[in-house]
Formats: sequence, structure tokens, C-alpha cells
Amino acid sequence: MADFLQFLFSGITVGATYALVGLGFAIIYNASHVINFAQGEFVMLGGMSAVFLMHLGLPLPAVIPLAVVATMAVGVALEKLAIEPARNASVVTLIIITIGASIFLRGSAEVIWGRSFHSMAPFTGSEPIDIGGAALLPQSLWVLGGTIVAVVALKWFFGRTRTGKAMQASAFNPYAARLVGIDQRFILMLSFALSGLFGAVAGILIAPISLTYSGVGVMLGLKGFCAAILGGMGNPFGAIMGGLLLGISEAMTAGYISSAYKDAVAFLIILLVLFFLPSGLFGKRRTERV
Amino acid sequence: MLLECENLSFHYGRIQALHDVSVCVDEGELVALVGANGAGKTTLLNAISGIEKLSAGLVRFSGDDITNASSHARVRRGIVQVPEGRQMFGPMSVEDNLMLGAYTRPKEEGGETLEHVLELFPMLRDRRREAAGNLSGGQQQMLVMSRALMAKPKILLLDEPSMGLAPKLVDGVFGIIDRLRADGVTIFLVEQNAYLALAIAERAYVLEAGQVVLQGSGQELIDNEKVKQAYLGL
Ligand SMILES: Nc1ncnc2c1ncn2[C@@H]1O[C@H](COP(=O)(O)OP(=O)(O)OP(=O)(O)O)[C@@H](O)[C@H]1O
Ligand SMILES: [Mg+2]
Repeated sequence: MADFLQFLFSGITVGATYALVGLGFAIIYNASHVINFAQGEFVMLGGMSAVFLMHLGLPLPAVIPLAVVATMAVGVALEKLAIEPARNASVVTLIIITIGASIFLRGSAEVIWGRSFHSMAPFTGSEPIDIGGAALLPQSLWVLGGTIVAVVALKWFFGRTRTGKAMQASAFNPYAARLVGIDQRFILMLSFALSGLFGAVAGILIAPISLTYSGVGVMLGLKGFCAAILGGMGNPFGAIMGGLLLGISEAMTAGYISSAYKDAVAFLIILLVLFFLPSGLFGKRRTERV
Repeated sequence: MLLECENLSFHYGRIQALHDVSVCVDEGELVALVGANGAGKTTLLNAISGIEKLSAGLVRFSGDDITNASSHARVRRGIVQVPEGRQMFGPMSVEDNLMLGAYTRPKEEGGETLEHVLELFPMLRDRRREAAGNLSGGQQQMLVMSRALMAKPKILLLDEPSMGLAPKLVDGVFGIIDRLRADGVTIFLVEQNAYLALAIAERAYVLEAGQVVLQGSGQELIDNEKVKQAYLGL
């Protein structure tokens, strides 16, 4: 039982990170049908810039917003400089552009910060909390709390603000959205800013638990992609569930079978979903057509 | 002239859908455009709305050249389209759909316009919290029309508002068009239901295979032999 709890805690912690990355995939997909393979690099940039700012001696409450804003700025720059100029190209071309951008971002990070691993101090102590014989890291609570705040904020944004509703509307029916005067370029830019935000938050929250380095985005990006697919591409709240499910399955596999198979779980899930459940567990909410 | 289109040409890839189309609509006028399936009516409206990029021609609105203006800039100027095919935000509530119609307007004016629009379409008031996709076909048409009114249009581009509606609902839609006209809204009405459209229009155009082949007052076209044969089934 203690083992099970232990695996569950670590599964939920990583899963929350995957969920945030998956959310970024879903948001950009909804705005453009592009699968942004640079998503993982947003996680890396969030984590790395937070580590860097900490080294400069800034306090945590300043580090987090700065790292998030910096990553959002990179997201917007990616959209403005690489996606927007190719707006009329096919979706496949745009996806390839995001792959190129991810290589570029990773390379730049390597040049700036080197290839070594960095650790970041936990936000509040590292003394594990004992729950039913399992050890829960305080940072895990930060990860979970941060994810919940992010999701609630997103829900509020989509459900209560005019801009958020415009973004939802553009996903449901881009043609009608243009006819009511919603600037689709603005929505696209906003989607990159938001997924930069969620990526950065994930990267910062997880950095104290798993070490961060310039290549950390590759695997996290793929896991987030898996979360998004599992939840049904284009369904933000499906991506959250997908991320948690993936994190827990990975932790259980690593715990009960072997950690050697941990990463294989994600790819097995991607394959199974694509074969048997192409619209994911929670499907995409679509516009009714008559 | 409020809206002037001069020699518009448009291509879908290599297929030319509009050939040198010139139409204009004056302030307060109700102008109709009739034509068969595939004549290019929707294409023309989408070109006016800035959804489709023209291959040639000039669009002027209140004297300003808006040929290269974006679709959202045109909505801001008051060019608002009611598209065919019930284009709504299906999973969102009726009220959200309506409020999005006022997206280009100052936030604080939305509520007041909503009241005004719901007076014109009372049955939407009872269903305002429901998902738009759950409305019946006729109600969806009303929703798309009222969403356009939320933008306070200077010119309303109506794409086949009677299509697929039961006769009673068609009367309802045309009653509303009449009422809007009385309120001074300029209307460009596209219809396959040629008789209804010509009967209420001051002026009208006939579009065939992407070309304007006839124009005149509504009554002139109703009396025209060719129109009678081709569009009125007389
Ligand atoms: N997206 C498209 N790609 C290629 N051709 C198109 C496209 N949309 C329309 N067309 C073609 O352009 C022509 C004009 O179409 P359009 O939809 O403007 O006609 P319409 O007069 O609105 O017809 P309807 O009465 O059926 O609505 C048609 O021949 C149609 O097949
Ligand atoms: Mg049409």
C-alpha cells in the first residue's frame, strides 16, 4: 500500500507536468490545427531561465513571473517570426516549422547555458511529508497546486472573459469567428503566448524535482503530446486528464515492472490511441452542423 | 454610395468564380442579388466581407478603399454578414453566441444591444442559456441573424436567410428584414427564392456563372421575361 501511494504521488506529480504541456498543445491546435513540437522547449526555457535567474540572486517570487514572461515572449516571437510569415502554407509545413524551431531553441539554450544538468532549490524545504508510509515531497504539492491554479485560471479565461470566449469560438468555428470580427492572427499569437505560459509553469514547478538541462524539452514535449492525444487533441480539459493518466501509468509501470519501460508507456499509449481511439478518451467538442 | 464593388474577379485556385462583378448599395437601400446554385453569390459576399482575397477589382465603403482591409476591420466598419448554413458556435450558449456578435464594439454597450435584439427575437430569450447547437434549424437561422445585429451593422449582408425554412418561418424572416429596413439598416440580400427577394428589393442584380447579367428595380426584374422563366418558374 505504501508502495502504491508512493507511485501514485510521483505519478500525479509528473502527470501534472505532462498535463500542462498537453494543455499547450491543445491550445495551439485549437487556434490553428498546428501541432507545436516546440512545446517541450517552452518547458525547458521556463525551467532553465528560472535556474539562471536564481543564480543571479533574484528571489523566487520575482524569478517565477520573469521566467514565465520570458517564455511567453519566446512563444510570441516564434509565432510572429516563424508561423505567421508561413500562414498560408499547409498545416504539415507549419508543423515542420515548429520542429525546426524546437531544434533552434534547444541549440540556443545549449549555447547560452551549456549542456550540463542544473538543479533548482525546492520552493519550500525538501523534508518529505509522510502519508500512509509514502513520502510526499513538498515540491509535489507545489506542482499540484500550481497546476490546479493554472487550470482554474484557464477555465475562468475561457468561460468568463470576452477574449477567452473569442478564442473558444475561433476553435469551434473559425469562419463564423472571422465574420463576427475576431482577428484570427491575434488569436494565434495569443495561443502561442498561452502555451508558452503553461509550458513555463510546468518547467519551473518540476525543475526542483527532476533536474533540468537544455535537452529536457524533448521527452517532456513528447509526453505532453501523448497527454493531448490521449485526452482528445483540441480538448484542453481532456489534455489535463490525459497527462495525469499518463503520469500515473508511467509511475506504476516503473514501480511494479521496471523503470526501463517507463518511457515506453507513453509511446504505447500514443499507438493504442491512434489505432483504436483516434479522437481520444474525451473526444473533441465540435460545432454542431445541420 | 455606401458600398461600391467595381469589377470584382475572384478565383478558387484556377477556377474563376467571379468575373468583373460590379454592384453597389446606397445608404438605406435594400438591394437583392438573385442567382442559381453555384452562381457565385456566397463568394461575392465573402469577398465583400474580406474572407476571400480578390484577384482583381476594388471595394469601397463610405468612399474609403477597403479592398485590402482585413475581415475584422470590415466588421468594425459596420459590414456584417449573416452567412448561409447556420454558422454558429454550437457548443456555446445562445447568449455567448449573441455577445460574440458584439465583439468589435465597446464592452459596455453589449448588454443594451442584447436587450434590443432579444425584443426582435423573443424566442431566443427563453433559450439564452442553452447550447446554440440544440436550437432547431429555424431558431439557429434567427440566432445567426440576431448575432449579426449585435454588431450594429451599417450594412447587413444576408446570404439566403430563407433557405431550408418552413414557409411560416420564411415569413418571419422576411418580416424581420422589413422591420430592419424600416429602422434604416442598409441591406444586401442574396436569395435563391427570387420572387420574395425581388418583391421587397428597391433594386436587384441577377448573377449567372459569376457574372452580373441583369440589373434593375425589383419590379422591373419581376416583369422581365428571362427572369420569369429562369427564376420565377412562370
Ligand atoms: N472553396 C471552394 N473551392 C473551390 N470552388 C468553390 C469553393 N466554394 C465555391 N466554389 C465554386 O465556386 C462557384 C460559386 O460558388 P458559391 O458558393 O459562391 O455559389 P452560390 O451562388 O452561393 O451557390 P448556392 O446557392 O449553392 O449557395 C461554384 O461553382 C462552386 O462550386
Ligand atoms: Mg451560397
